[in-house]
Amino acid sequence: MELEQPAISDTGDFTINMGPQHPSTHGVLHLKVTLNGETIKNVEPHLGYIHRSIEKMSEASTYRNFIYLTSRMDYLSAHMNNQACAMVVEKGLQLEIPPRAKVIRMLMSELTRLASHQLWWGALGLDLGAITPYFLGFRDREEILDIFEETCGARLTMNYNVPGGLMYDIHPNFVGKVKTFLKNFEDHLPEYKQLLTGNIIFEERTKGVGILTPEDALSFGCTGAVARGSGISCDVRKWNPYDGYETVQFEEPMETGCDCYSRYVVRIREMEESVKIIEQLIDNIPEGEFQAKTKVVLKVPKGEYYTRVETARGELGVYLVSDGSSNPYRIKYRSPGFSNLAALNTMAKGNKIGDLVAIMATLDLVIPDIDR
Amino acid sequence: MAIKSLVSGMRLTGYYFTHHKEILTQEYPDNRETLTFGERFRGEVVMPHDENNEHRCTGCTACEIACPNGTIKILTKMEVGEDGKKKKAIEKFVYHLGMCTFCNLCIVACPTDAIKMSHDFEHSVFDRKQLTKVLNKPDSKIVKGVE
Amino acid sequence: MFSFYDISNSIHQWLSSQMGSTAVMLIEMAIVGVLAISLFAFLGLLLVYMERKVAAFMQLRLGPNRVGWKGTLQTLADTIKLLFKEGFSPDASDKFLFNFAPILVIVVAMLLLAPIPFAKGFQIYDINIGVFYISAVSSIGVIGILMAGWSSNNKYSLLGAMRSGAQIVSYELSAGLSLVVIVAFSGSMSLTQIVQSQADGWWIFKGHIPAMIAFVIFIIAGTAELNRAPFDFAEAESELTAGFHTEYTGMRFAMFFLAEYINMFIMAAVGATLFLGGWMPLHFGNLSGFNHIMDFIPHIVWFMGKTFFLIFVLMWFRWTFPRLRIDQLLTLEWKYLMPISLFNLLLVALVVIKGWHF
Repeated sequence: MELEQPAISDTGDFTINMGPQHPSTHGVLHLKVTLNGETIKNVEPHLGYIHRSIEKMSEASTYRNFIYLTSRMDYLSAHMNNQACAMVVEKGLQLEIPPRAKVIRMLMSELTRLASHQLWWGALGLDLGAITPYFLGFRDREEILDIFEETCGARLTMNYNVPGGLMYDIHPNFVGKVKTFLKNFEDHLPEYKQLLTGNIIFEERTKGVGILTPEDALSFGCTGAVARGSGISCDVRKWNPYDGYETVQFEEPMETGCDCYSRYVVRIREMEESVKIIEQLIDNIPEGEFQAKTKVVLKVPKGEYYTRVETARGELGVYLVSDGSSNPYRIKYRSPGFSNLAALNTMAKGNKIGDLVAIMATLDLVIPDIDR
Repeated sequence: MAIKSLVSGMRLTGYYFTHHKEILTQEYPDNRETLTFGERFRGEVVMPHDENNEHRCTGCTACEIACPNGTIKILTKMEVGEDGKKKKAIEKFVYHLGMCTFCNLCIVACPTDAIKMSHDFEHSVFDRKQLTKVLNKPDSKIVKGVE
Repeated sequence: MFSFYDISNSIHQWLSSQMGSTAVMLIEMAIVGVLAISLFAFLGLLLVYMERKVAAFMQLRLGPNRVGWKGTLQTLADTIKLLFKEGFSPDASDKFLFNFAPILVIVVAMLLLAPIPFAKGFQIYDINIGVFYISAVSSIGVIGILMAGWSSNNKYSLLGAMRSGAQIVSYELSAGLSLVVIVAFSGSMSLTQIVQSQADGWWIFKGHIPAMIAFVIFIIAGTAELNRAPFDFAEAESELTAGFHTEYTGMRFAMFFLAEYINMFIMAAVGATLFLGGWMPLHFGNLSGFNHIMDFIPHIVWFMGKTFFLIFVLMWFRWTFPRLRIDQLLTLEWKYLMPISLFNLLLVALVVIKGWHF
């Protein structure tokens, strides 16, 4: 039997367990943090507290049925997860979805991205000790969720995508509500900057904290705002356009600060870009079918298929191996949160505990996405 | 500069402190009567019956197949119709609310629009058994003409 | 006119006519004790309610609104709940220190109540070194926090307590130096005399720029001493779960909680007394009509109004700003506030010697 480790070692290092019940790990992430005083020596993430074997469950379901499970991975970008899964089945079936469905999918994705970033912004404020941003973020998120509820029937786990298009057509109120939301959000976005972006305390807390060099970002496979904050262009919507992203004009926001503040600014600018995309599309939803004709039982031909989408956290890849039956033979999700979490130790070493919280907040971790 | 940034933040919270019309709180149990939902809101699966205690379910089990978690179980029986022919009909449409993820796939799969999502969202009960529901009412029949 | 001074005086005279001086003193002490404790309880309830309402309105919420009219009885209900909770203490904790820490913290808060003049001639103990007494006694509170953190046998608690120790020891300096500014202006350490010296105008108006600087530094240092956001390192919810009182439950936790709010009241009261004239009404030089109207407002209203204004400012800070980091906190003190305070003190000395203030 191994002897119990002393609480404090000879070098004065000691270990604390942050999580799985901790206010700022946003779920059941368990970090084993080795500290020397307030300074972080090592961070060791322990996973598995919310493993639900979504990949294995997907293998037991049919091609129509497995999509809804992915809403429960990264629940803040549920629509994009569903879209990636629908796309991989469509790729296998060589199905071209109608233009109306494409535009609606894009609109929904951008709205989801906005909702996710709004929650992230609020939670970031919460982690840094400012509680008010949380409620302001939720105020705007609530409007988007109301739009989702009306069109998709659910607020969080929408399951609006099906192989071949969408489950329903958009609700008649959709266009009007999105326009109202855009108008409100235009007024509210400056408040975000007023409360956090320009704030001297916030800048002190985030600038130069949690440095992730571009090389490290590449080697850890970071994507999304985490990589873009380090100056790496990795937007799937730009590099590998899907579902009509090649038709819209938007910029890929990038910062070269490599610190928490850059990642913050990237996400704030991403919100502005999302608003731009929605503005381009909302008046130009083409008429027509919202769903391609599909068979009742889908059978993807034998082969291997891979699709990727840009979720609010980064690149989500879905790798499907089909043996020609009505169930997937193997499904593998490459989730953005998992790769981004890998960089945590590199970023946090040598910083203070307070910085660890800030770094985790700017990684924008969603624990069910990491564990699946 | 630094102080200006702090003051601008305080101006915002001060604005909200004095402008109470911006308050968003919904006092939930009190506003039950006036709560509104989108018409597609997914509360729980129900089977509408008309005034003659008739439903539209043929017992084709399309929903049972479409359901990803085995929430729906349809028990069928053979029934002698008015024309003397034997016909499949449902005996019990069992719905396990506790397992339902409200994915809407059963509703989409149903060929006869026999089931739909209600707007009732207050599902909590003290006994788990109450979550297993039989959706067809006792002695209900299928609407004539639905095949 | 209605005055607390008359009431306390008449009670004193009545008691003196009835019995000997020792008995009078004992009875008066008992009365003061009861009054102090009831003020404590009332302030605790009121300030927690106020904080929750202020926070709610700043965050687009309604706040407590179920128990009593507009939720006014909510804090009372919470107190009753805390009374019934189990007083749990961790296995390997130092039981004596663990139980003693909350009592020490709350006793310190109570001691601080003594020299504060609530109205003209109405204070518990008119000590002639009141300012010194306040800055001396308020630094004992940190020992209670350190005891709580150490005895809990929890690394989060210990970290929180150590942070709090470093923080209060450093901010004690600039808080003290900003108090010295007013002492220099008024030439007295007695809070009564400081208030009296503001009869023709509050020090924040009379004292030119040095008083303003001292006031700002006092507010910042005071917030830090109270362990409130943006300086709430001892608790730092998102970092240390609950800091030094992680392991405290029930009434012991409530004592820490109560002490925090009482300290906030005392901090605001000291600030109001020294910089904003205490119970002294707002007077402008020679507008005798205006001054006369102001005199009609009772002193206690002036005092409470100023105090609660400062408390509101503290709450406003808390619900707006993010938290600093521990090293930035110490940098702020030792590299900015402390040199500024020292320089400010020189300036004050100059102003006082030359008689530039009004």
